[in-house]
Amino acid sequence: MGGLGHYLERAGFATASISLIRLHTEKIRPPRALWVPFELGRPFGVPHDAAFQSRVLQALLGLFETKQGPVLADYPEEAPETGPAGMDGLACPMRFDAPASKDETLEAAVIREINELRPWYDLAFERRRRTTVGVTGLDIEEVARTLASWLTETPPSQIVKDQTPAAMLKLAVEDLRAFYFEAAAGQPQGDTIGSKQLADWFWEETSAAKLFLALRDRLIPDDDPALQMLGRNSVVPREQWKRFGIDDRWWHQS
Amino acid sequence: MARLTDFDEIGQDYYKSMPMPEFSETPWVTPKPSSEARVAIISTAGLQRRGDRPFSVNSADYRLLPSDTPAANLEMSHVSINFDRSGFQQDHNIALPIDRLNEFAAAGKIGSVASIHYSFMGATHPDKLEQAASQLARVLRQDQVDSVLLVPI
Repeated sequence: MGGLGHYLERAGFATASISLIRLHTEKIRPPRALWVPFELGRPFGVPHDAAFQSRVLQALLGLFETKQGPVLADYPEEAPETGPAGMDGLACPMRFDAPASKDETLEAAVIREINELRPWYDLAFERRRRTTVGVTGLDIEEVARTLASWLTETPPSQIVKDQTPAAMLKLAVEDLRAFYFEAAAGQPQGDTIGSKQLADWFWEETSAAKLFLALRDRLIPDDDPALQMLGRNSVVPREQWKRFGIDDRWWHQS
Repeated sequence: MARLTDFDEIGQDYYKSMPMPEFSETPWVTPKPSSEARVAIISTAGLQRRGDRPFSVNSADYRLLPSDTPAANLEMSHVSINFDRSGFQQDHNIALPIDRLNEFAAAGKIGSVASIHYSFMGATHPDKLEQAASQLARVLRQDQVDSVLLVPI
C-alpha cells in the first residue's frame, strides 16, 4: 500500500494511506499514513458502526492538513472487542446434527455439513442482502467436490470458468470458507460472533477444515512449485498453524 | 490487533521478514482542502464486481469499482487467507467505505466523490504495481480526482 502512495503522489495526487503493519509503513515511508490498531481485514475498525468508521475516515482525511511529510500518525481509538468469550450456548449450526461416521469420506462429510448449513446461509443472505460466496462461479457443492478431487488420483486438469486448476483451487478454498462463515452468521447471534470465535469453530469443528488440512498435505510435496506454494500459503492461515503443530517458515527459504 | 505483538511468534517472524521496497525520498503534493477535493478510494483488498475476473497470484492489475456499485455486487478474490474476512462479509464499508465517503460529500466535508474507485490485490510486491499505478494516474486525472485514500486489508 505504501508503494502506491509513492507512485501516485509522484504522479501529482495527494495520498493518505491506512497502515495496518506499522513496521512496514515505517520502512516504506509513504507521504501520509494513519496506523490503526485494528485486526487485519478490518481497516475501518467495526462493521455496521458508521460513527466509528466515520471517525477513522475523518482522521485519515485530517492527514491532508499536515504541512510536511512523511507523516505516520497513530489512530488512538481501539475497536471494541467482538464476540462472546466462548461458543457455548450458541444455536445450531455451530454443532452439526449428524456425527461423522468412520466410513464417510471427507467429500461426503463436507457436503453433509453444507446441507446442514444451507438454511442458515440462506437466512444470512436474506438478512444481509448480499453474499461474498461466488468468486468461483460454481455451486457450493461443486466447490466442495472440486476441492476434494485434489485428494484423488485424478485431480482437476481442465480450465473451468476461465480458471486454471490451481487458480480454481484457491478460489474454491475462499468460497467454501466464506459459505461456512456466512452460514454461522445466519443464527440469531450471527453478527455478534467475533472473528476469533468463528475461526475457532471453523478450524476445530468442521470437516471443511479437515479437508483444507488434507489439501495442504497433498499440495506441499507436489512437483509443481505453484501448487507447493498454494499448499504452504493459501489453505491454512498462519494464525492457525500453532493449533495444528505447523511451523513451516517457507519465507526463510531462498 | 494489528500490533506486531498481537501475532504469535510465527506471525511476527513473517511480518518482520517481509522484504519491503526502498524509496530514497518521499514525494509530497500540497493537497487541496478536503472540503474542495474530489476523492477516490484505492483498496488493495482484491475487490471486484460480481462476475469480474478474480485476481490471481502476483496479479498487478486492478479492478474498477464505480461509486454506485451496490454492496451486493462486491466480491473479494484476494489470494491471501491471512486476514479476517468476516468483517467484510458483514459490511463492505469495513474495507471500502463508500457509504461513509458519500456521507462526507453530502455533509460538505469533502468536495466530491470520484466516479470510480479501484482495487488492487495487495499480496503483490509493490514494485510490480508501479506500472499499473502509472496507468491508473491517467484515469484518475480524467476523473479530475485530487486526493486518494489508500486502504489495505
